[in-house]
Amino acid sequence: MIQALVFYVFAAITVASGVMVISARNPVHAVLFLILAFFNSAGLFLLAGAEFLAMVLVVVYVGAVAVLFLFVVMMLDINFVKLREGFLQYLPIGALIGLILLVELALVYGSWSFAPEAPLSVATRVPDLAVVTNTDALGRLLFTDYFYLFQVAGLVLLVAMIGTILLTLRSRPGVKKQNIARQNARTKETSVELRKVPTRGGI
Amino acid sequence: MFEIGLAHYLTVAAIIFTLGVFGIFLNRKNVIIIMMSIELILLAVNINFVAFSHFLHDLIGQVFAMFVLTVAAAEAAIGLAILVVFFRNRGTIEVEEINQMKG
Repeated sequence: MIQALVFYVFAAITVASGVMVISARNPVHAVLFLILAFFNSAGLFLLAGAEFLAMVLVVVYVGAVAVLFLFVVMMLDINFVKLREGFLQYLPIGALIGLILLVELALVYGSWSFAPEAPLSVATRVPDLAVVTNTDALGRLLFTDYFYLFQVAGLVLLVAMIGTILLTLRSRPGVKKQNIARQNARTKETSVELRKVPTRGGI
Repeated sequence: MFEIGLAHYLTVAAIIFTLGVFGIFLNRKNVIIIMMSIELILLAVNINFVAFSHFLHDLIGQVFAMFVLTVAAAEAAIGLAILVVFFRNRGTIEVEEINQMKG
């Protein structure tokens, strides 16, 4: 009973903030509603027993991705009012396609059921929560059977990091920067010059 | 009604997925909102994975959801970097202006 109530609250807030994300006038508000949607779907994950994923969702999405969006929105000097021109122009076609998609999904869900042998083909059963916690079970699985995939996931993040740095890094000419190697390479011979100055002559 | 089943989770995920697709059509000019819509779509996929994992008692769904999360984070980082570079070059992020590579 309480579980159902909590589920409905989380689901309703998630859907409502999803609506606000795509319809908010101000992109900063859109990002904040995206954060709200992520928080509430983390709650949904918790209800489904995926504790670790719920926490990862909060850390990764709210802590990293959404803040990244926020930074970009605030960093770029964009006239967002101008970008909203034609908002209503695309509303009918978008609503039509969204409706068709929703009806199709409803049809699929309505006529679909588990195959009788589906519960038998479970690869790794979720262990009893009283014995092994969700994080523990997930870690055991991830670091044994899915170790190579886990490494590849790390590699994807590395490639993303390098690509991002490479894309956004720029070397501007005319910037005075300290070059430590050149400083260390200087010797007395190349930098100090002794001249014989004639008396009353000057250099 | 008060017994939360798989159908409830799938309904929520379907609505969020549709909202994501709808958002892409609605904000045809603003790349940032389009990327947020893509995040919503990936979130819906993750909800599906976790729901099936819960109701089939199979842990693999959560493992896969974690990989989806990784790819989503990488995609957001690269996409925003491309956006910043594009803004630096053109001074706008309108989708209609992104046509320099058109043959």
